[in-house]
Amino acid sequence: MRIRKELFADERDDALRLVGQPVRRQDIEGHVTGRSTFFDDHPVAGLLHLRCVRSSEHHARIRAIDTSAAERTPGVRRILRYADLPKKAHNILTIFNFGIDDEPALADGKVRYRGEPIVAVLAESRRAADEAVAKVRVDYEPLPAVFDVEEALKPGAPLVNEYIGRNWFRYWGDYDCQQIRFGDVEAALRSADLVVEGRYQMSPIEHAPLETNGCIVVPAEDGRFTVYTCTQGLFFSLDNTAAQLKIESNRLHFIGGTVGGGFGGKVDTVVEPLAVLAAMLTGRPVRYVFSRAEEMQVSSPRGAERIYIRDGVMRDGRIVAREITHYHDAGAYSRLSTYGTIKSAAHHPGPYWIPNVRVDSWCVFTNRTPSSAMRGFGVTGGDFALESHMDAVARAIGMDPMELRIKNAYRDGDMKAHRKLTQGAALIECVQVAAELAGWPLSEDARRDSSRVGGGGERARIPPTPIARTRAPAATGTGARAELPRSGTGFAAGEPRRAMTPPPSRTGGTGSPSTRPEPEPRRGEPIRNEPERREPPPEPPRPASGGHGAIRFSSVFGSRRR
Amino acid sequence: MTKAVRLELNGSPVAAVAEGGENLLALLRERLGDTSPKAGCLQGTCGACTVLLDGEPVLACLTLAELADGRRVTTVRGLQDGPRLHPLQEAFMDGFAAQCGFCTPGMLIAAKALLDREPNPTREQVIEAIAGNVCRCTGYTPIVEAILDAARRLAGRRG
Ligand code: FES
Ligand code: FES
Repeated sequence: MRIRKELFADERDDALRLVGQPVRRQDIEGHVTGRSTFFDDHPVAGLLHLRCVRSSEHHARIRAIDTSAAERTPGVRRILRYADLPKKAHNILTIFNFGIDDEPALADGKVRYRGEPIVAVLAESRRAADEAVAKVRVDYEPLPAVFDVEEALKPGAPLVNEYIGRNWFRYWGDYDCQQIRFGDVEAALRSADLVVEGRYQMSPIEHAPLETNGCIVVPAEDGRFTVYTCTQGLFFSLDNTAAQLKIESNRLHFIGGTVGGGFGGKVDTVVEPLAVLAAMLTGRPVRYVFSRAEEMQVSSPRGAERIYIRDGVMRDGRIVAREITHYHDAGAYSRLSTYGTIKSAAHHPGPYWIPNVRVDSWCVFTNRTPSSAMRGFGVTGGDFALESHMDAVARAIGMDPMELRIKNAYRDGDMKAHRKLTQGAALIECVQVAAELAGWPLSEDARRDSSRVGGGGERARIPPTPIARTRAPAATGTGARAELPRSGTGFAAGEPRRAMTPPPSRTGGTGSPSTRPEPEPRRGEPIRNEPERREPPPEPPRPASGGHGAIRFSSVFGSRRR
Repeated sequence: MTKAVRLELNGSPVAAVAEGGENLLALLRERLGDTSPKAGCLQGTCGACTVLLDGEPVLACLTLAELADGRRVTTVRGLQDGPRLHPLQEAFMDGFAAQCGFCTPGMLIAAKALLDREPNPTREQVIEAIAGNVCRCTGYTPIVEAILDAARRLAGRRG
């Protein structure tokens, strides 16, 4: 590794003590001696083992659940059901007053993805629990399922999640998607020399940590519960478990920090609430660990993102307009996808100065496994699309792809589409160094260019911006909505909260609450089916608040340390 | 059906009662208190449970506990010589060959089996030796380098 200290040397104090030096991990001696204590390495006597009966259907109403044979299985102590849940639906961001409680910890009369937990068996041994799980009979009434984000937005698509009430998440009270408007994209596309379009598709990616998700819960005599867990966000999971069980957080003592691989796949807090509930109801220590098959099938992966890009390009290489539609496949429940969608909108249009930008970022519900955090979710998919598209643009106009990036790179003083002035840009220097290392010839101009020149002035302006708000194509699944639920408890849809900027632990940056009060989202309200309204351009929609996620994003696309 | 199993674990004689059908991994972790072999899949695909049985690497999750009766079992806890770490352990520490650490015990045992058999392995032999051990964090290169480094350190110790 080499650090290019000669770049921007005048802006920094370079008396670095640790950066650039090899430093041992503090936990590595435990790792190589086999003494690091992972959650499952705590010896606990008298454990009950928790295993879930999971949906074999992608989307179905549950007519009946027969647990009688399972209950008679030797070693079975209890079966947990929806009726046992203190809080009927939850989302891990509502503890920050963001989003909607939209997911029951055990099926509420309907299953919305294959592998959804329906009931949980507690038994004296893992084997007895597995045997009992196999004996539970679930009578399903299959429902039409939807697996594609664009299909899910079409009129008449099956309604996936009744708590949300539509197949997309509505932001800030009244926005069907996260929207960025900067300049007049349509006019710029019309006057461009050519328009380059692309469609990019991400696959869901499973984190596949070597240690599967799990926890061990031990009731203590003082009414508290010790929870050994592999969560990536110890206090985030503690707070979410307390909220879901409606208990004071001081009744929970979470012990962890030794995570056998996370990558974003251990923040959703899917095991702890059920295991603590089981310990509360039985008074026994409880172990709930995903099998490898469960880890692969039901732990939330990176979502399938689909990104459309339309660029207006001039023959000399200037990109004068960029229009992006970014669909996030949240799967059946929000988890952290509502936030990932915000991140993608905050990331577009990439590290380039483009005078006319329009972004629609959608969080869409389908009957796929709920997706959630994974390593720059929202951003990685966006970058894959943006940078693939830059190459496509370069090919279309016959320009060198490195030169194209330098030509369009943002520079100090440029106004970004998010109404922030660019500071500390370093994309040009990154491209120069990459070209040098790759032996890629650059023109003299490109080699001499600098992020410190050429920005600002005209480029610091916020252009006149017609605000055309995007609306969802149509209302969905009205039929499905009317009939639910059978369970009697009702989809007391999680109380929608005020919109705030969520800072989820370990995945976010420096979020600060938005101060704009939001109207309560009205459920069941007819979706306006107007194509686009031209409104007077008052305050353009604000994506995320100022510094939100900026640390993570800017490191991805080249900014310099100051 | 239970069965008494006596074995030598990292040089010490131990005994435990195994349930019929119980695997060696459960015997080690739950009955003998050696939690260094890990359960990553319980189906023979990840290698995190690798231990030495009479010097040969086996997947403890697929080995019946009673098969260990009367035999020698070595886990990563048996690698070090008193306070002195094994060159493999030192090389892993110096070479950033562990991140989350969950694969590390199995990885070290697979590497130990290789170096016992072939003190001066080629890169290809190293790759072959850890082919059954999944690591999700490191990308393998630092692990391969560390094993080659350990071979050099061992040669140095032999001197
Ligand atoms: S736990 Fe034995 S191979 Fe994965
Ligand atoms: S270090 Fe995490 S799996 Fe190898």
